[in-house]
Amino acid sequence: MNGPQCRHFTMDLKLPIYLDNNATTPMDPRVLEAMLPYFTENFGNAASRNHSFGWVAEEAVDYAREQVAKLIGADPKEIIFTSGATEADNLAIKGVFEMYASKGNHIITLTTEHKAVLDTCKHVEKMGGEVTYLGVQQDGLVDLAELEAAIRPETILIAIMYGNNEVGVLQPVREIATLAKKHGILFFTDATQAVGKVPVDVLKDGIDLMAFSGHKMYGPKGVGAFYVRRKNPRVKVTAQMDGGGHERGMRSGTLNVPGIVGFGKACELCMQEMEQEAARLSKMRDRLEAGLMALEEAYVNGNTEHRLPHVANISFKYVEGEGLMMGFNKDIALSSGSACTSASLEPSYVLKALGLGDDLAHSSLRFGLGRFTTDEQIDFTINAVSKTVLKLREMSPLWEMWKEGVDLEKIEWAHH
Amino acid sequence: MAYSDKVLDHYHNPQNVGTLDKAKANVGTGLVGAPECGDVMRLQIEVDEATGLISDAKFKTFGCGSAIASSSLATEWLKGKTVDQALEIDNMDIVEELALPPVKIHCSVLAEDAIKAAINDYRVKNGMEALVEEKAHH
Repeated sequence: MNGPQCRHFTMDLKLPIYLDNNATTPMDPRVLEAMLPYFTENFGNAASRNHSFGWVAEEAVDYAREQVAKLIGADPKEIIFTSGATEADNLAIKGVFEMYASKGNHIITLTTEHKAVLDTCKHVEKMGGEVTYLGVQQDGLVDLAELEAAIRPETILIAIMYGNNEVGVLQPVREIATLAKKHGILFFTDATQAVGKVPVDVLKDGIDLMAFSGHKMYGPKGVGAFYVRRKNPRVKVTAQMDGGGHERGMRSGTLNVPGIVGFGKACELCMQEMEQEAARLSKMRDRLEAGLMALEEAYVNGNTEHRLPHVANISFKYVEGEGLMMGFNKDIALSSGSACTSASLEPSYVLKALGLGDDLAHSSLRFGLGRFTTDEQIDFTINAVSKTVLKLREMSPLWEMWKEGVDLEKIEWAHH
Repeated sequence: MAYSDKVLDHYHNPQNVGTLDKAKANVGTGLVGAPECGDVMRLQIEVDEATGLISDAKFKTFGCGSAIASSSLATEWLKGKTVDQALEIDNMDIVEELALPPVKIHCSVLAEDAIKAAINDYRVKNGMEALVEEKAHH
């Protein structure tokens, strides 16, 4: 072997390497530091109006709300704190469906959305809503003409994600927003993977409602935000959690003050470091991709131009994803679109929506780089994955047949 | 999900990976599974005509670690058995030996199917009756 495979690894490379930053990110130590006082001495309830414990907590929440709002170009009053993006997705879709019932009952979304959106849409269908699940093009992007054609007089909401969690493609958010505005429809985007990684500006992008989460951007788990536009138009949603009327009545429940403080700090850090960090990550990601694409029959999934800087999704034909990961998973943590890694025994629905055959979907790996990923880790990964692919191909009957020129499509496989 | 030590051992040190000459009359080849399902096994046996014993067995598998381990184990068990003894290998023996969790039982079923398919190919090639298709225990 030649190229990066031959590199000598420094002794201080710590294993295992974490390359699953789309699932969750480690918390930045600076975030933890900001949070700590709010577990112990500053433990007050932000809703306690009559004593200093409450005031201190409220002040911390207000400050965090500003930090969060600033990152996405919003007004702090437009930020509703939630337990995470899943809750914000539920609140957006169910909340709009209920609030705008007199206007219509139709929602348009994509088949490649996160389950938190898809399953919420399924729920809305049970409540009498109608949902159009649009397919995507081979590169994972929505076809805008198809989107416009799906709009009906009773359409109230377009729910399309900002960046995809599996393949990393960035949807044409501004064009979607323009389309929605033209037809007087609200536009909601799940921006969980995008906020903090690429510039997201709710005003410039024309977003009406948006969901995102702390733990995907080096903040804590269990805290997220729901952006609700207050002007042009003023958007309202029906609360899905009733109680003490917190968060302007849209989300009751005692605020998770330490979590919110951490989330705010995480947003501030992303704001300061995003530009450099995106450049660093995309350079590393491109190197990883180039290193792995040196293998025969390797394919990058999804649009390679409009995508998040830290994600690569690659299929290695004729080897199976879980089998592949087993070759290095004591040293490298990442995900596969293979059925075997999920409970459903079905390969990734996102990859299938991109038109990948089940065989290629089974053979995919998702690499999610992050703030703490280093060049040494990338070198190690290129080497380990390449070696395992080569080893498993020597063991793969499909590889042997392909090498012999057998047309695998023409074989009658015994499906079981 | 954690893998058993035996699965890990077969995965990292697979036994009898390779290809036998399928044109030979004393070689039986079984190819089971499908790429769309995420696993394909090819298992081959070579029968010593003088002794009637399986003198060699080889496999190649596209699939998860448990599928690779199941086929590797199957080839080990096949060697030295008569064809009739080989037919008695049950998928649950593989499950037990490799401590496969319930979601991986299908890997052992596939290995049993591959053994039967290879034996069948050998029988047909040598003018014997094809086996009555008997579905393995799912």
